[in-house]
Amino acid sequence: MAFRVEVATRPALRDARGEGAARELREFLHAGVTAVRTVDVYTVDLAVDPPERTGIAREVLSDPVTQVAAVDAPVAGAVGAAFDWAVEVGYLPGVTDNVGRTAKEAVEMFLGRSFPHDQRVYTAVQYLLEAPGLDRDGVEALVAGLLANGLIQRWRVLDRDGFDRAGGFGLEVPRVRGDAGGRVAPVSLELPDDGLAALSRDRLLALSLDEMRAIRDHYRDAAVRDRRAGLGLPADPTDVELECLAQTWSEHCKHKIFNATIHYDDGAGRVRTIRSLFQTYIVEATERVRRGLGDRDYCLSVFKDNAGVISFNDDWSLCFKVETHNSPSALDPYGGALTGIVGVNRDPMGTGLGARLIFNVDTFCFADPFYDGDLPPRLLHPRRIYEGVVRGVEHGGNKSGIPTVNGTVVFDERFLGKPLVYCGTAGLIPREVTGRPGHDKAARPGDRIVMVGGRIGKDGIHGATFSSEELHEGSPVTAVQLGDPITQKRVYDFLQVARDRGLYSSITDNGAGGLSSSVGEMAEQSGGAELDLGRAPLKYPGLDPWEILVSESQERMTVAVPPEDLGAFLSLAAELRVEATDLGRFTDSGAFHVRYGERTVGYLPLAFLHDGLPVMELHARWERPVHPEPAFPCPDDLTGDLTGLLGRLDICSKESIVRRYDHEVQGGSVIKPFVGVLDDGPSDAAVVRPVLDSHEGVVTANGICPRYSDIDTYWMAAAVVDEAVRNALCVGATLEHLAGLDNFCWCDPVAGERNPDGEYKLAQLVRANEALFDLCVAYGVPLISGKDSMKNDYMVGDVRISIPPTVLFSVIGRIDDVRRCVTMDVKRPGDRVFVLGTTRPELGGSEYWAAKGFVGNRVPEVRVEENLPLYRALERAIRDGLVASCHDCSDGGLAVALAEAAFSGGLGIEADLSLAPADGVERDDELLFSESAGRFVVTVSPDNADRFGAAMAGTAAAEVGRVTAEPVLVLKGPGGRTVVRAAVDELKRAWQAPLAGI
Amino acid sequence: MSAVRALVLTGNGTNCEREMAHGCRVAGAEADVVHTADVFAGRVRLADYHILNLPGGFLDGDDLGAAKAGAVRFRYGTVRAPEEHRFIEDLERFVADGRLVFGVCNGFQLLVKLGLLPRLDPDRLEPAASLTHNDSGRFEDRWVHLAVDPDSPCVFTRGLTRLYCPVRHGEGKFVTASAGVGAAITAGRLVPVRYADPDGRPTQAYPWNPNGSQDAVAGLCDPTGRVFGLMPHPEAFLHRTNHPRWTREDLPDEGQGVALFRNAVAFVRENLL
Repeated sequence: MAFRVEVATRPALRDARGEGAARELREFLHAGVTAVRTVDVYTVDLAVDPPERTGIAREVLSDPVTQVAAVDAPVAGAVGAAFDWAVEVGYLPGVTDNVGRTAKEAVEMFLGRSFPHDQRVYTAVQYLLEAPGLDRDGVEALVAGLLANGLIQRWRVLDRDGFDRAGGFGLEVPRVRGDAGGRVAPVSLELPDDGLAALSRDRLLALSLDEMRAIRDHYRDAAVRDRRAGLGLPADPTDVELECLAQTWSEHCKHKIFNATIHYDDGAGRVRTIRSLFQTYIVEATERVRRGLGDRDYCLSVFKDNAGVISFNDDWSLCFKVETHNSPSALDPYGGALTGIVGVNRDPMGTGLGARLIFNVDTFCFADPFYDGDLPPRLLHPRRIYEGVVRGVEHGGNKSGIPTVNGTVVFDERFLGKPLVYCGTAGLIPREVTGRPGHDKAARPGDRIVMVGGRIGKDGIHGATFSSEELHEGSPVTAVQLGDPITQKRVYDFLQVARDRGLYSSITDNGAGGLSSSVGEMAEQSGGAELDLGRAPLKYPGLDPWEILVSESQERMTVAVPPEDLGAFLSLAAELRVEATDLGRFTDSGAFHVRYGERTVGYLPLAFLHDGLPVMELHARWERPVHPEPAFPCPDDLTGDLTGLLGRLDICSKESIVRRYDHEVQGGSVIKPFVGVLDDGPSDAAVVRPVLDSHEGVVTANGICPRYSDIDTYWMAAAVVDEAVRNALCVGATLEHLAGLDNFCWCDPVAGERNPDGEYKLAQLVRANEALFDLCVAYGVPLISGKDSMKNDYMVGDVRISIPPTVLFSVIGRIDDVRRCVTMDVKRPGDRVFVLGTTRPELGGSEYWAAKGFVGNRVPEVRVEENLPLYRALERAIRDGLVASCHDCSDGGLAVALAEAAFSGGLGIEADLSLAPADGVERDDELLFSESAGRFVVTVSPDNADRFGAAMAGTAAAEVGRVTAEPVLVLKGPGGRTVVRAAVDELKRAWQAPLAGI
Repeated sequence: MSAVRALVLTGNGTNCEREMAHGCRVAGAEADVVHTADVFAGRVRLADYHILNLPGGFLDGDDLGAAKAGAVRFRYGTVRAPEEHRFIEDLERFVADGRLVFGVCNGFQLLVKLGLLPRLDPDRLEPAASLTHNDSGRFEDRWVHLAVDPDSPCVFTRGLTRLYCPVRHGEGKFVTASAGVGAAITAGRLVPVRYADPDGRPTQAYPWNPNGSQDAVAGLCDPTGRVFGLMPHPEAFLHRTNHPRWTREDLPDEGQGVALFRNAVAFVRENLL
């Protein structure tokens, strides 16, 4: 019944995808490929009559103006493609095939009839390679190296003769051939310790020995045994229960390290015991800030929901969440990042009664994309990771209709072991939904458990436990998933309507741990749940109940629907083509009761499920590292050093990435990622106006600086909070209404045989938390949400690569009137240039020293008592309209900030930096390139200069020069000596060059 | 004065409906944002509106090519009540009745793939042109200058000479099925907006022409001038602070994109009320 349709671009038109593949094959793999043409292949496994096939090929699957289609025949000949090899890459059975799903729907619309779920359309892409010098092994290497990912795809290769003889590729339907599924097995835990450890490892449970013992002891309890016997359950846990516990107790879900008891040796002989970093530093910081705010407190819901919520205006609240999706992105960069962005979209969707999504942010940490060293096994080249991740976010964000407004990219060789992919989403929640506060929710006993969205397959099984481990040989391939932005968009559109009609009482997303987490968590609201896995819609047969329970198949939300609203809820879903299934009910039984049809397959008391986890006890020992002090004379002329710094990967322009993101959909864009006279200067922060008939705005900014972790994570974390806050202030934010999110990505801080410096890494984590607490309390910025990812290591054979400890600090805030916002580009010749904040000889961990091959020791320290009055004064000056431009001064120091401000405005700056506030600075390069915190470069029109000076009185602010019509940057050091003189165009070229071509 | 009524049709992947409706309202129309499912169910009728807005987005993910699956839905989908009939009949009648259709980005791609633009032969609904992958091979978000053809019959661009707003697409390169189609479009002045350099001269040079469109075509109208679509997003520039350089230039509060909506509303007031 199945047939093939091949579709190719008409020969007169460019095949952009083929050209792109040819370019990447040549650039990434240095392959001898002259040209590539691509063909879309549809394997249509639908019961249609043969006469309908041509219509489907011409009317549905191809564009008659630009494409040629062929049914059950190769199209290559029809478009005159010259090629030596043909490769066809399709998905492995069971992998999400978004295009195939759309193709089936379009055929249904065309024919006006529906097909059953097991009849599908499968897609593949054919690459016709003009590569006369390549043999079969060479072609296979290209496919494995770039065109396909063996974790999710399969391929066939034909040489030209074989292709011609066989008449192209034959019909092959990648249907999932599973058995019936539905098996449940007891798993005995009556094992010696090494047996328990082996069981945890072999089943990918990622549970420690203590945790395995705690589970075993629970099942030994006589009362538990009695109750189980009454329910017809075996004395041993079922695989359903064990997997559910492993997901719920995973590091990913329970943050065991952040909640551990830690004995911290500060390296000076003092040992302190910290009971939960999370409670001690993060929750406590927020509570202190909120107490200080009193009746001005703008926090509405912190730490308890999928995203943190603060107030916005009388009609709306504002919520924000940032997640990481590192491990999947290491294995499949495109799918990992795509799933990362659509996954974090579901957090605000599932916060309170559900948010409208207003922007995305993305920050990545990669190894050098131009890396040319050896690659350890299983690692992908950083260039491929870079391209895949960027494309994944491009598709995920753009297709969801959410502007991607802010982010950055940071490079370090150690991110070869695991890239970091941070994705965040903000949303607006109505202050009230049908009379209830929009940021609150509660499933009630009797409410139906309704799963909304995609179907369940084997994809994403063990995602939560997998990300709680290092990347190793046995990392499961099923942990990779592919998101589907359009299915999710439909779910989202549907839920917005259902919310406003008051059709549900609680909602959460299905992320890590799938139904086991979403239903398990919502069961806490009502006091229990009874879930029937036998009703869950499956992508294909053959799943066992435990797999249905923990699968992380995407695009799913779990909703608590009162029984009286169920009919309305389900019929609205059907009309909007969203699958919604009643899977049981919330109860107040005190247990998570799991059935498969009539049979009970799991029964977990909520108290044990959520609180039975033993607290980890860990040791941390801090020892200050000592790096060689750089010893080189200060160059007389620093122009070359400045030009070099502008071209360093961490500093250079990321415009080639950002242009690929829709950053202004929804119509409220105010401060874009790129600003200035030619729209190519780097913004410090983003501002959007989410309510189009209002001038109220939302600001977001970030700080990230893993380089400083090599010296002291306390100052690393302090620097990123300070930088995020300053970035926001630069565009016109106020400290009066700003909230923070912390995202920790660490290398494994649990010491062990294979992780000998675990205690040091844990001490680094303690210190970062101390700084986070100190800074947030001092600046009055409450933490409202966050996340940690603790196992960012690669371990295969003897090779261990650990990432540098990294904190991404993101801020979100309210701006009363966006018309007061400011950008970083200098505006007019004659404007006065001010430097705010004191420069000190703090080059430790700086870009300047890194460029010279040093780390050093004197890392920038954040002096909150100096900074706070300055920040408040600057905030007022911006609000009073006194500031023409404002740019934060961080990576690369004053010289880089001045250069960026100048070239973004297309004008010059002449400045005498010896006038800048400084303390202990002796060398010109210290003055220009030190990365001391708390500084800004500001320009002010001559008319406002006096008022600005008065506004900043009492702070470390000094006028240092002017904006010039001549587009040249001239910087003078002490004694009036010129140390930098360069045309701004040349500086800009150096800054734009590194990533422009990729 | 009775109201000018604008319909913004959403669902299945559209994402610019909010700002599209806002543009209509700023221009003085009443705007309803309606899911396609409501129209197909017969609860909302096209005939009750004067202006049909097809907003940007990714209909069905653009999975079969931009707006391709969406075009199949519009062409073959049925309105179930009060009597079952094809949706396309309502749409054709809407145009024949002298009303206005405005497609932006994905909405424009939809109109072209349906054959409603350029509609050289009023008796045949068949695509004569298409929008394909940008020459860069990438989605791009950047602001573009548009030169307006003052002699185009287009209702929406009346009185305008220039327009500045962003493109945000991966498949915006305009191509025609034949040279004859290109010539007919030019002769009929059916290209109201062309990509231009900063001095307003139509150009093939990247990035001013962001996708390599033939004849710098950024948008098309039908010979009546009442059906209009374009790749760039005028609804992304309704307010001064949308402009990428608003912090350094003196600009009026109202963004340039509003003018298109005002023209549409004025046309309705003069001709349909």
